[in-house]
Amino acid sequence: MTTKLLVGLDGHSSGERALAYGEGLAKLIGSCSLLVVYVIEWSPYSFQTAEENAQRHKRREEEIATAMSRVISPALETLKSKGIDAEGIVRHGNVADTLDALASSEKADQIIVGRAAESGLSQRIFGSSTANLVMQARVPVTVVG
Amino acid sequence: MTLKNVFFATSVALAALANPAMAQEAASLDARVNEAFATFTGPFVSLIFAPFPGTSFPWIVLWLVVAASVFTIYFGFVQFRFFGHAIGLVKGDYADPNDAGEVSHFQALATALSGTVGLGNIAGVAVAVGIGGPGATFWMILAGLLGMASKFTECTLGVKYRNEYPDGTVSGGPMYYMSKGFDELGLPGGKILAVLFSVFCILGALGGGNMFQANQAHAQITQITGDYPGWITGLIFAAVVFAVIVGGIKSIAKVTEKVVPFMGILYVGAAIVILIVNYDMIGWAFGQIFVGAFTGLGVAGGFVGALIQGFRRAAFSNEAGVGSAAIAHSAVRTKEPITEGFVSLLEPLIDTVVICTMTALVIVISQQLIIDPDTGNYMLNEAGNAIATVDGNSGVALTSAAFASGISWFPYVLSIAVVLFAFSTMISWSYYGLKSWTYLFGEGKASELIFKVIFCIFIVIGAAASLGPVIDFSDAAIFAMAVVNIFALYFLMKVVRKELASYVERLKSGEIKKFSH
Repeated sequence: MTTKLLVGLDGHSSGERALAYGEGLAKLIGSCSLLVVYVIEWSPYSFQTAEENAQRHKRREEEIATAMSRVISPALETLKSKGIDAEGIVRHGNVADTLDALASSEKADQIIVGRAAESGLSQRIFGSSTANLVMQARVPVTVVG
Repeated sequence: MTLKNVFFATSVALAALANPAMAQEAASLDARVNEAFATFTGPFVSLIFAPFPGTSFPWIVLWLVVAASVFTIYFGFVQFRFFGHAIGLVKGDYADPNDAGEVSHFQALATALSGTVGLGNIAGVAVAVGIGGPGATFWMILAGLLGMASKFTECTLGVKYRNEYPDGTVSGGPMYYMSKGFDELGLPGGKILAVLFSVFCILGALGGGNMFQANQAHAQITQITGDYPGWITGLIFAAVVFAVIVGGIKSIAKVTEKVVPFMGILYVGAAIVILIVNYDMIGWAFGQIFVGAFTGLGVAGGFVGALIQGFRRAAFSNEAGVGSAAIAHSAVRTKEPITEGFVSLLEPLIDTVVICTMTALVIVISQQLIIDPDTGNYMLNEAGNAIATVDGNSGVALTSAAFASGISWFPYVLSIAVVLFAFSTMISWSYYGLKSWTYLFGEGKASELIFKVIFCIFIVIGAAASLGPVIDFSDAAIFAMAVVNIFALYFLMKVVRKELASYVERLKSGEIKKFSH
């Protein structure tokens, strides 16, 4: 029985710390694989012009390719060089909802994320993705400071 | 360049306001534009609105109503049977999480709505009620309900036969289902229909999607600022639209796309407030609407006049059967074209059955239309072509006065709403027109630029001309699109029925199911 850890990356240092923590945990567990996820913040309920809609598919492919090459691929390479079994996923959506949904569909045992990247006013109004995740996740969540 | 344009237009406007002689000259320029425009478009308008021989009933109105009724029956009242399913689709119940990031059903619907919700709902309804009386509202609602089936048909086809290019962009609309759909069925003439449709769509984009918007935006602004020549508003509008569609300043369009939905909600909210305050009159207003629908209550042309106005303005507002929505809806990402058909049928419901009815109720309740106390019928104005109003208002000014009688400061909000609606409708229609233009003349920077410049020039003409000729031309151009589009839909509707049958079967068998989110 392999343990699966889902690590949420954000392209910043807090995501890096989550990854480092996940890596350490994987080594301790032994038979363990990592699922590295990057969520592109996106809502199906936003408003767009007809022209934006016509080009949306193209833009989406570009966004996914960029996230793959800048965030996911480097992380996977590091992990593989250290002999850790890892996979990467890029998904559009709400960060908290998407991480939780992926953890359940991919049967991950735990989610590891960095602490809130948002600060100030926006956090007061919208809350933070990390806090939202902790409140609604169906599997244990580790928040790395 | 653009900023300079704005600056120039503003300074001319100020100079004209300050100098009466120049203002007069400018006013006569408006008159000349108006006269030339009316003469030029007259024959086209007469042809589209030609009555059946021996009656006063325009054949085009019957064309739209018959089509909407045929689609309603052919698809077994699809607008009622799949109403709940349409809501589920918009909510994203059936959206595959792996497709997140693509254009959602909600987004396609919102984009199409921002092209249709606008002046048709504010000014168009005032025109309908002002000429046809409250009874026009009844026919408008009926046209909206039937029109849902037309929308369903054209939008399903729009997605099914769209072009998907290797770079990932999409182009869809009637011209594509006409040419590709007819080929697939082995029918001749699809290409000819597509070309005809494109020509009319370009005219519609310049008319209803542009001149009517500029014209009514100007009318609304002068309500607040006092009278000044229309071409000045036209120049300012043209400069901003130019900045967006040619200059590629997306931020303006993006801001508009985000503000417009809130203006829509604000508009409906204000209407509801007025209705609540006058709750004791709602029953009476509905009474006027029902009685007027069958007797006309003394309006010009009697109940036939009410019916014609109702159907005309409904079609102009929700564009069902016109084909424009098929262009807007075709960008959605779905494996099932018919799902976009279901979603699109909500459009006439929101646009016409809800928003237009709100406007009509507020106008009737505000008693801006003068009733003869002796007969209980509406009194005609001096010209005898519309109902007399308290201040002689018509079009958007009538709606504005009606709202002002309930909420005194609302005309200011309405002005902002009208300008934004006009702007967002122009942006949407510039895209529809452009798609038709490139279908005819090929894609390419130079060809696109020519259309965009023509589009901006028509904004100025539209703002300068008077409402009568502009509204006639706008209607005529948009209905001309419907003539070609509906003709094609009759041949292609069996394709949609096959899609519907297959979809319903898979929905029942559980092959198509909700995703748990």
